[in-house]
Amino acid sequence: MSVLAEITANGDELKKFGGALGAGFAYGLSAIGPGIGIGYLVGQSVQAMARQPEAAGMVRTTMFLGIAFTEALALIGFVVFILLGL
Amino acid sequence: MLALEFPPISHLVEWPDIFLKGNDLFAINKVVLGFFIATICSAAVMLLGGRKKALVPSGVQNIAESSVDFIRSQVVLQTMGPEGMAWIPFLLTLFFFIFFNNILEVIPGWQMPGNARMAMPLFMALVVWLVFNVVGVIKQGPLHYLKSVLFPPGVPIFLYVLVTPIEFVSTFLVRPFSLAVRLFANLLAGHILLVTFAVLSAAMWSIGPGLVILPLPAVVLILLTAFEVMVAFLQAYIFTILTAVYIGGAIHPEH
Repeated sequence: MSVLAEITANGDELKKFGGALGAGFAYGLSAIGPGIGIGYLVGQSVQAMARQPEAAGMVRTTMFLGIAFTEALALIGFVVFILLGL
Repeated sequence: MLALEFPPISHLVEWPDIFLKGNDLFAINKVVLGFFIATICSAAVMLLGGRKKALVPSGVQNIAESSVDFIRSQVVLQTMGPEGMAWIPFLLTLFFFIFFNNILEVIPGWQMPGNARMAMPLFMALVVWLVFNVVGVIKQGPLHYLKSVLFPPGVPIFLYVLVTPIEFVSTFLVRPFSLAVRLFANLLAGHILLVTFAVLSAAMWSIGPGLVILPLPAVVLILLTAFEVMVAFLQAYIFTILTAVYIGGAIHPEH
């Protein structure tokens, strides 16, 4: 009962707390996947460029495209982080 | 005690009106002024570069010619093939406008990228969305365009239940959204990063000399500034190349 009373009394504080907590988790979690993805992607591209240097230009263009698509998830997490943290 | 007071995020990107104060629609603040500067700079590079037409380029003409060659060989030929040559002016304008908007992030005394507000990235993404859809409809006809987007060939028939909604969402909804958010979030993140280290450096100096780690945040700030120059270029390049990929996909449907 007293917990319920406290929640109604400190509703705004609780909201702020939850927002800050959620913001931290939103960015941290959304950075994991793209981190792994971009690491793997660039590693494979470097391997491809080392094996076939004459294809380096094409590989680089495709690599940037892949990075752009993968990175979008982390950036959406960053935007959510800003929105929740405000 | 460290006098570290980080300003709220709204404080970092919202600027007071400079001209036409109080006018809701046409008030001009620092960000809008930055758009005008970027427009003038991108026009000036091409106008000054095309004025003399020397055989051996030098100065501004060199920048103009190498940027045209960069867009031609690195963007158009890689993604659209020789048929895409007519799109070089559009892509080049896009590239220069985004680049000059971004590079304002590191110009001392200005230090506010126009693309750190959602308005301009969203507008440009909508323009690109309109352009590639209109090109697809003109080149392939409305029904054939929808068919080639929503029903990609080479898929087993019963899988279209799954593929068609995914293709619809990813082509018509996610493309403009991710194009805008990518540019906006990268620039906002860079801006916040630079502010963080600038605030930290200022707080370190205010506690006075005698600390060994005193200059470290300032050194990191300088390195990050160099990094942000690279980001400014890379984001302009990625926006341009994605535009080229989308337009190229509308010109040549998958067979």
